Amino acid sequence: MTDMSIIAVASVIGAALTVAIGAGLAALAEGRAVAQALQSIAQQPDETNSISRTMFVGLAMIETSGIYCFVIALILIFANPFWSAVT
Amino acid sequence: MTLSPDEIIYAIGPLQVSATLVFTWLVMALLVGAALIASRRFRPEPPIGRAQLVFEALVTFVLGQIRDVTRHEPRPYLPFAGTLFLFILTSNLLSVVPGFQPPTGSLSTAAALALAVFLAVPAFGIAKVGLRRYLRTYLEPTPLMLPFTVLGEITRTLALAVRLFGNVMSSSMLVAILLLIAPLIFPVLMQALGLLFGVLQAYIFTVLALVYIASGTSEAEKRTTRGTGEIS
Repeated sequence: MTDMSIIAVASVIGAALTVAIGAGLAALAEGRAVAQALQSIAQQPDETNSISRTMFVGLAMIETSGIYCFVIALILIFANPFWSAVT
Repeated sequence: MTLSPDEIIYAIGPLQVSATLVFTWLVMALLVGAALIASRRFRPEPPIGRAQLVFEALVTFVLGQIRDVTRHEPRPYLPFAGTLFLFILTSNLLSVVPGFQPPTGSLSTAAALALAVFLAVPAFGIAKVGLRRYLRTYLEPTPLMLPFTVLGEITRTLALAVRLFGNVMSSSMLVAILLLIAPLIFPVLMQALGLLFGVLQAYIFTVLALVYIASGTSEAEKRTTRGTGEIS
């Protein structure tokens, strides 16, 4: 394989793995958070507003890691810094 | 396919203007214009017009959220938080209009908004407790924590920017990819989902900004009232 094709293959596989693992783990974590929040709401329906607001903020925090993975995958595919080494 | 509206350049006379700037101006003009037109007919007593009802509902909603999140008197935070919320909300919602590139889908806009939050946290803190007392909170509980506090402020600003940019950009990109492979109904569904996420992102950005501002302020206040045995 030429240098270029090695970089291309590594970038595409790397991007796919980044999104797969990043999105999967973030989804697991968000599922746990939502399940716990729903349980809390079922126990204390009066606190629904406060619990759901805190849950949304927490979900945003968790989702950030997934978004980081997505941005890195995009960089690998569309703005790969290693292309300049071979072209 | 373009990654961000920064890459689309319009030429207005001798000036070259990116789509981000054009659509930011459009959103600003829309917000200011709507507020100006509506406020001309505001009156303090019923019967009130529809526009006044909409604006009053918005302001009441934002005030209520600020009070719930910060547990402070919401009035001082209203201009900042309300502007952030309305700007992000409008530009996210308008992304369903064909040809509109949401300016929040550009890293420049998202970073600018996050920088505004980064500067607003010490600004509100200093306005509330004064410069010396606010700076002293960085040395609490020990000066050893100073690098971590500073690092935390920088990374959370970065996270704010990347979160908004990544969410808005990914939803518009998803629609663009779906248009290539399944152009009939799926893009419409994804755009409907994108509306929901757009509202959620505007809400989350505002609430996180308020949480940061409130934590900066109440840390400083807690320190000043500790001597009197009062913990607020």
